[in-house]
Amino acid sequence: MLSYLIRRLLLMIVTLFGVSIAIFLLLRIVPGNIADILFDSAGLIDPAEKKKIIADLGLDLPLPMQYWQWLNGLLHGDLGFSYVSEKPVIDEILPRIPITARLAGLAMTFAIAAGVPLGVISAVRQNSKLDYALRVLSLSGLSMPAFWLGLLILMACVRWFGTIPIYDRAPETFGAWLAMLAIPAAAVGFRSSALIMRLTRSSMLEVLRQDFVRTAKSKGLSDTAVTYDHALRNALLPVITTIGVETAFLLGGLIVTETVFNIPGVARFLVEAIRWRDYPMVQNLVMFIAVVVVTVNLIVDLLYMLVDPRIRYSE
Amino acid sequence: MSRMVGWLATASLCALLLLTGIAHAQKQGGTLRVTHRDNPPSASIHEEATISTDMPFMAVFNNLVVFAPGAKQNRLEAVVPELATSWEYSDGDRTLTFKLRDGVKWHDGKPFTAADVKCTWDTVSGKVDGKMRKNPRKSWWFNIVDIVVDNPLQVTFHLAAPQPSFLVMLSGGFSPVYPCHVPATQMRTHPIGTGPFKFVEFKQNESIKLARNPDYWKPGQPYMDAIEYTIIPNRSTAVLALEAGKFDMNITGELTPELVKDVQAHVPTMQCLVQPSNTQGNLLINRDKPPFDDARIRKALALSIDRKAFSEILSRGIFNIGGAMLAPPEGLWGWTKEFMETVPGYGADVTKSREEGRRIMRELGYGPDKMLQLKVSTRNIPDYRDSAVLLIDHMKNVFIQGELEPLDSSVWYARLLKKDYAVGMNVQGTGIDDPDVMFFENYTCDSERNYTAYCNKDLEKLFHQQSQMKDYEARKKLVWQIDRTLQEDGARPVVYQGQGGTCWWPSVKGLHLAVNSIYNHWRLDDVWLER
Repeated sequence: MLSYLIRRLLLMIVTLFGVSIAIFLLLRIVPGNIADILFDSAGLIDPAEKKKIIADLGLDLPLPMQYWQWLNGLLHGDLGFSYVSEKPVIDEILPRIPITARLAGLAMTFAIAAGVPLGVISAVRQNSKLDYALRVLSLSGLSMPAFWLGLLILMACVRWFGTIPIYDRAPETFGAWLAMLAIPAAAVGFRSSALIMRLTRSSMLEVLRQDFVRTAKSKGLSDTAVTYDHALRNALLPVITTIGVETAFLLGGLIVTETVFNIPGVARFLVEAIRWRDYPMVQNLVMFIAVVVVTVNLIVDLLYMLVDPRIRYSE
Repeated sequence: MSRMVGWLATASLCALLLLTGIAHAQKQGGTLRVTHRDNPPSASIHEEATISTDMPFMAVFNNLVVFAPGAKQNRLEAVVPELATSWEYSDGDRTLTFKLRDGVKWHDGKPFTAADVKCTWDTVSGKVDGKMRKNPRKSWWFNIVDIVVDNPLQVTFHLAAPQPSFLVMLSGGFSPVYPCHVPATQMRTHPIGTGPFKFVEFKQNESIKLARNPDYWKPGQPYMDAIEYTIIPNRSTAVLALEAGKFDMNITGELTPELVKDVQAHVPTMQCLVQPSNTQGNLLINRDKPPFDDARIRKALALSIDRKAFSEILSRGIFNIGGAMLAPPEGLWGWTKEFMETVPGYGADVTKSREEGRRIMRELGYGPDKMLQLKVSTRNIPDYRDSAVLLIDHMKNVFIQGELEPLDSSVWYARLLKKDYAVGMNVQGTGIDDPDVMFFENYTCDSERNYTAYCNKDLEKLFHQQSQMKDYEARKKLVWQIDRTLQEDGARPVVYQGQGGTCWWPSVKGLHLAVNSIYNHWRLDDVWLER
């Protein structure tokens, strides 16, 4: 187990190193840099001034040197300064991480809390009216883009209730946070919940037909015990894998949801930073996201052991 | 005589009572909540050329002079003192002396003096390196020879030639006085001014907060406690939030005429104004590169444009049609309809213009079977793209087959600078409705915003000539002729003049928007909230 963990951690370092090179190079392959964008915002300025900006920001240095400067800073906890706000990157990113983390956490909680039970119900009551209704619901969840659903929710709130559930100031209590993020979380988590529901359903249907389930039933166990203690535990393995993958995919949904509900999280901020070619901001944010994704995947792999005792990570 | 004194005394008393009554009507307190469309590039007005910076940060500053807040049009006659108490021309109008207001303090407590005025205009005119990253309006201040601090409360501008519009340019939102003692870097992130509101916070992509300046030099003003701009990039969300009453108004000029109609249909009490946005769609023709190095092809291209169709399709006929200068009745210097009819390509008979264009192209060997193939470059932004698609359609009428080349914003100006395009569809804005601003910023040979590098030295002499004229009517006539020549030369053929909407709830009182600029009325020291 320990050696597996060490191997995985080493692999994580190699992965993150690869990500750092990829994001560094990709940003520089994309046409234009911050000086071009500043030109754009000012209508057009003196090329000499543009050259000065490029030199001031060190963008005229050879690429390996620029990369080393960034990596060296990163390893020493110095993320550099944003080209746009001219403030330390860490000061810009840190306040936004909890906002996105809460939204993502709430969205995944919603997705799991809604997707797994509904998937189980749908499987247990296969081909009933309820099953059909839930399948239609899950299909609509997969088909509706998050931004469209978000806008529909906003329009409905304004027309019917005369209010709009968007972020306009930082909530002060946990309850206020929950109230503010609940609707956006449901909007972004709807797709994931639909996917989880469909996977749970199909996985459950497969497990419910297996011999050990029949044996459990013939032993006289209640339906609830058979379904949740025996069948669900065995059906969860592919669902857990999906939850891991969905966490990474969630970021895409968060970008549009944060935009539609005007939530100042890291996802929306990343898009703006890319638009401005704010290299230090984008590089560090992508690295942060990469760390989150590889960590979640490691946790998911470790969770397999808990769910299925037959899995052992040994030599 | 005594009867006249009596009338005067009565009139004065009435005026006093009226003013006192008005003063009592204004309510103190409250926070004005405004939706903002995007993240401003910085908080430094002098370094930017966008309403995204100008509108939120204008309230932090003061100018030497300003357009009277209640004036319907931004014009020379509407200029009133602000940090200056008076001004005087001398030396054949080549010397302009300002007496400055005493006791004014910057938001950090330091006193405002004439040295601040000098260093602001020494920097923006490019005479000294003020360490600004950008200086987009250097061309405005071509006429400044020297600025002399006579004493802490008096400053004199020495001009190369008389320039009536100099005061107009000083009055715009883009001409605040900056503090000498605050570095440019700080002005981009935490601006210090003398204005009615102090800068509190600028959270990137989130919000801009200003708070009442209790030491403001206008006693009792501003009326509001604070102003908050919330950055909402998604236009649908911003409109819905405005309708829901979460905000008091939207960033100026951002709503399309159609959206304004929607908002007023949903909230009939909403106050809305659709006005010229000081932006124009125009053609950039690369005259250095074949085939457009031939003036005849440039003319044929210009003759293919049906400006009315552009206005109808893009705005259901609300966009104005005109030359470089904003069309009347909002604009001061634009052509009348009668004059416009005489300008080639602007006549009502588009069929005739296009026939003339086809004749020119046939002479050059083109025809329905041999179309001139070219790319129409434009920024990959809906406003630009839509216009470019229409242009491609119109060009077919004179045997020119265009292909759309959408470009990322980050490479658009770099391509213009390298002259790496054949035809470009461009949208540009100008801060003030004034010929000096328009001509010197966009059409002089060495201006940095002269994208097409159009250079006509004879015409440039006329730019200077009109700039020195005091008689408005005579100057306007010359401006019309210059504008006509610019359009005939295909310097940057203007296709439409844009309009945009601003909406606010009736609880916002005292807000006056001038009709010929969206950039100059955001001091907000006389606006109050009636909730």
